[in-house]
Amino acid sequence: MPQALLVLLLCQLAGEAIARLIPAPLPGPVFGMLLMLGLFAASRRFVDFMRPLAEGILANLSLLFVPAGVGVVGHIATLGTQAATLIVAVVISTMLAIAAGAAVFVAVARMTGATDD
Amino acid sequence: MTDLAAFWSYLSEGPLLWLSLTLLAYVVGDACFRWSGRKPYVNSVLIAVAILAATLWLTGTAYATYFEGAQFVHFLLGPATVALALPLFDNLDRLRRAALPVIAALIAGSVTATASAVAIAAILGVGPVELASIAPKSATAPVAIGISERVGGAPTLTAVLVILTGIVGAVVATPLLNALRIRDWRARGLAVGIASHGIGTARAFQVNTTAGAFAGLGMALNAVATAFIAPIVLWLFS
Repeated sequence: MPQALLVLLLCQLAGEAIARLIPAPLPGPVFGMLLMLGLFAASRRFVDFMRPLAEGILANLSLLFVPAGVGVVGHIATLGTQAATLIVAVVISTMLAIAAGAAVFVAVARMTGATDD
Repeated sequence: MTDLAAFWSYLSEGPLLWLSLTLLAYVVGDACFRWSGRKPYVNSVLIAVAILAATLWLTGTAYATYFEGAQFVHFLLGPATVALALPLFDNLDRLRRAALPVIAALIAGSVTATASAVAIAAILGVGPVELASIAPKSATAPVAIGISERVGGAPTLTAVLVILTGIVGAVVATPLLNALRIRDWRARGLAVGIASHGIGTARAFQVNTTAGAFAGLGMALNAVATAFIAPIVLWLFS
């Protein structure tokens, strides 16, 4: 477990370094993820080595958003007089985006025959 | 009584209490989710946040003090993002086969998320700083905040709107997609990841691992897409 955690952190560290070196609009951990993906592709044994830790963290992904969520409650006042308006815009646009993304995926998958087996 | 007060002041200043309470609130939230029969509107993050916010308010604790303890949980967001490589790798073949629908859904979802949010806010008479702040709200927090700064938004406001978007997406996705009769887990997961980043992805993993993998992909792709789309949408509305 400590070895797997070390590898995970080193990938993130390398990702942070890459994010500062190249001017792409991506945060360090996303580069770390791409790096990890490359390592997975290189070695099947490495996948088995990382699996317990990665699955353990991802199974509890929701938990990790709790501290930021608590911070939002304290900042709800920053929404100011336009709070209701902004919340309406967030709710409607998020529903529209989910519907549009899923519907377009299904339509294009049908057109191109990209079915899932 | 004074002993108790001394113990409280000792505990409330250190990380132990707030870290414990963060985990406890989440355990309660997760138990509520299970007891409800895994209903999407019984969102474990939302319940945990409500419990903790009420606790901070009742005890008059500053968020900075709370965060001393909660930061250990918050820190894991980075390693968790790196760990998303695993479900992506497990589903690499299916992702490759679905490349065209993925790209089409990314453009549709990302443009809809940004343009509809800005359009609705503009129609309802929101100011330019707020418009710039809401435009990148479907991207993952660090990316959204970076974009907001570049297009003249308020980073703190963007952070609030990003988290709200994530919670809304996590709560509405299942009933909405059921109503639309979309059963393809790839489509469902990807759309949720694009529209509501990590919180939506966490919700997708609760429902189905394929949906989770596609949601993680959607979140990563939309971080890139929003960086290009948000400035264009704002330019059109200014």
